[in-house]
Amino acid sequence: MPALFPLVVVVPLLTAAALLAARPLLARRRALLDLVAVAAAASVAVMLGFLLAAAIRHDSVYWFAGFRPAGGVALGIDFVADPFACGLALVGAVLMTAAMVFSWRYFERVGSYFHALMLVFLAGLTGFCLAGDVFDLFVWFELMGVAAYALTAYRPEERGPIQGALTFAITNSVGAYFTLTGIALIYGRTGALNMAQIARSLDGRPPGGLVVVAFLFIITGLLVKAAVVPFHFWLADAHAVAPTPVCVLFSGVMVELGLYGIARVYWSVFGAAIGQRGAISDVFLFLGALTAITGALFCLRERHLKRLLAFSTISHAGMFLAGFGLLTPLGLAGAALYVAGHAMVKAALFLCAGITLHRLHSVNETWLHGRGRRLPVTGAVFTLAALGLAGLPPFATFLGKGWIEDSAGPGWLDVMFTLCSMLAAGAVLRVAGGVFYGLGDPPAEDPQMAAEANEEEGETESGRRRTPLTMIVPPAVLVAGGLALGCLALVPRVGAAFEAAALRFEDQAAYGALVLGGPAPPGHPAPGVPYPPAAADVTLTSVVIALITVAGALAVAGAALYWRRLPLLRRGRGPGAGLTVVIRRFQSGVVNDYITWLVLGLAALGGVLTVIISRHP
Amino acid sequence: MACFPFAVAAWILACGLYGLVTSRDLIRTIICLIVVQSSTYVMLVAVGYVTGGIAPYFSDVAGHPKTVDPVVQALALTDVVVEAAVTALLASFAIQAHKRFGTLDPHDLAEFKG
Repeated sequence: MPALFPLVVVVPLLTAAALLAARPLLARRRALLDLVAVAAAASVAVMLGFLLAAAIRHDSVYWFAGFRPAGGVALGIDFVADPFACGLALVGAVLMTAAMVFSWRYFERVGSYFHALMLVFLAGLTGFCLAGDVFDLFVWFELMGVAAYALTAYRPEERGPIQGALTFAITNSVGAYFTLTGIALIYGRTGALNMAQIARSLDGRPPGGLVVVAFLFIITGLLVKAAVVPFHFWLADAHAVAPTPVCVLFSGVMVELGLYGIARVYWSVFGAAIGQRGAISDVFLFLGALTAITGALFCLRERHLKRLLAFSTISHAGMFLAGFGLLTPLGLAGAALYVAGHAMVKAALFLCAGITLHRLHSVNETWLHGRGRRLPVTGAVFTLAALGLAGLPPFATFLGKGWIEDSAGPGWLDVMFTLCSMLAAGAVLRVAGGVFYGLGDPPAEDPQMAAEANEEEGETESGRRRTPLTMIVPPAVLVAGGLALGCLALVPRVGAAFEAAALRFEDQAAYGALVLGGPAPPGHPAPGVPYPPAAADVTLTSVVIALITVAGALAVAGAALYWRRLPLLRRGRGPGAGLTVVIRRFQSGVVNDYITWLVLGLAALGGVLTVIISRHP
Repeated sequence: MACFPFAVAAWILACGLYGLVTSRDLIRTIICLIVVQSSTYVMLVAVGYVTGGIAPYFSDVAGHPKTVDPVVQALALTDVVVEAAVTALLASFAIQAHKRFGTLDPHDLAEFKG
C-alpha cells in the first residue's frame, strides 16, 4: 500500500512526459493517444480508491525516501492520507477520466499537449490533496495552476481564451505569491514547513500579529482559487472560454481544492493558535454567504450556458465555505459530501453543455431556445443533473446540505442555503426547460450576449447526426454516480464514517501525533484509532426543506420562462434586468480591476482578523 | 535593523501591486507580476539570514560553521522556477494577444471577453 503514495503523482507525470516525447509517433494515432491518457487517469483513480479504502480504516503517512521525523523535527517530505484528502483527489481523478473519455470525439484536432497538460493538472491536484507540508502545498498548487492557465488558452487562435487565460493567470499568480509570503513568514516564526510541526511550535503561545498575517496571506491564494467574493472575478471569464472538458475540472474540483486548502491549513496548522472559534467561524460564514448570494444572483441573469454554470459554481463554493465554516464535525462532513455530490452533477451539466455546443454550435440559451428538442437523451441527463444540483433527495447534494443545516448553525444560514439553491438551480432548470423542452416564451434577443455566445464556435467538430456514445455516457454515469453516492450516504454506517472522518480532520493534536509520532495528548485517541462514530442522520426536517428547495427552484425556473404572463413582472423588462448593468460593471474583464478587488478584499479581511484577535488576546 | 529587509520586501510588493493596478500594457503587467514575486525572494532570503553566517557549504569546512539557512534558499530557487514557467506562459499569451488583436492594453482586451 505505501508504494501507491508516490505512484499517484508519478504515473500521471511520467505519462505526460512520455506522451510529449512520443509526439511525432502519436500525431497520426489519435486513438492510441486517447487510450493511454484515459488509462493513466483511470489508473490514478483506482489507486486513489485503494488509498481511500485504507484511509477510512486507518490514516497513514508516507515519508519520501524514508526521511522520517526525529525528535519532533520533520525535514522530509510527507504525504498524509486521510479520508477527505483521498476522497477529494479521487473525485478529481474520476472527473479527469470522464473528461478524457468525453474529449475523445469532442475535439476536431487535438495534439499530445492537451493530454499532457490534463495529466499534469491531475498530478498537481493529487499532490495538493495529499501534501503534508505548506511549501509542497504551494508547489503542487502552482503546478496545477500553470497547467490550468495553459489549458484555458488551449485554443489561442480565438479571442476569448487569451483574455480569460490572462486574467486567470495574473489574478491567481498574485494570490499564490501572497501564499508564498505567508509561508516565508510562518517559517521565520517557527522554523518549520511541515504542517504538524508548525502547529506544535505555535501551540500554547498567544497568536500575535505575525501569525495572523501569515495565516491571512496563506489563505489569500486559496481564496482566489476558491472564487470567494471578492476574489472570484477571474472564474467566470476563465470558465466561459476554457474548453468544456477543462471546465468540468475547474468547476468540479479546482474551486473545491482551494476550499480544501483553507480547511486543511486552518485545522492542521493554525486552528489552535488562532483559536476564537466563534469569531473565525463568523468570518467564514459571512464570506460564504456573500459568495453564495452573489453567485446565485449573477447566475440567474446569465444567458451564456458555461458562464451561467460558472456562477452557479461560485454560489456553491460559498455554500461549501459556510458549511465547513461552522467549524463543527457535522458541518465539515456535510460540506465534504456536498462537494462530492456537486462535482458529479456539475460535471455532468458541463458535459451536456459541451454536447449542445458540439451538436447545435452554440451555448447561448436565447438562441438555443427549443432547439435542444433534437437531443432528448442529453436533455434528460441535463434535467436530472439540474434537479440534483437543486438537492433533490436522494442525490448526494441533498444529504450534504441536510447535514450542514442540521449542524446547529445560525437560523439565517438555513434560509440562505435554501434561497441560494433555489435561485442557482432555478436558473439551470430554466435552461433545461427552455432549451431541451422548448417551454416558455422565446426570450427576446440580446445582441451582445448572442455575439458573446457565438464566440464559442470552432472548439468542437460539427456536422454529426448523432451524439457519439463516448460523449453521452460520461455525463450519464456521473449523474448516476451522484445518485449512488447519495443512496450510499443514507446507510447509517457510511454516514457515521463521514462524521468520524470529519472529527479526525478537525483534531489537530491527533494529526500532529500521526505525522510526528509521539504519544497522543490526553483526551485524544492514539494515531489511526478511529473515533467513536456519531450518528449523522437524515431528519424529516431536512427532507422537507429539500423538497421545498426543489419546488422553489422549479417555481423560479417557471417564473423565468413565463414571466411575460405573470401579473407582476409583465410590465418590466424581464426579471432582474437591472442586474445586467451591475454584472457588466463588476465583471469588467480588465485584470487591473480584479487585482484592485483582490487587494481591497485582502485589506478588509486583514482588518477584520486583526480586530478579532485584538479583542480576544 | 532586523526588520529592514522585511520593509524592503513590503515596499517591493506594494510597488508591484500599484503597477498591476495602473498598468495599461500587458508587458508592463507581466513585469509588475515579476516585481511582486521578487518581494517573495527578498522575504525568503531575509527570513533565513543569520548575522555573520556564511554560505551553507559543509563538505570542505571543518567543524560546524555558522551558516545562513539553506532551506529558504532552496525555496527561493523553486520560486524562481515557478516564476520562469508563469512568465514564459504569460509572455506567450501576450504575443498571441498582440498578434490577434493588435493591442496590449488590458482595457481593450476586455472587449474580447468570452
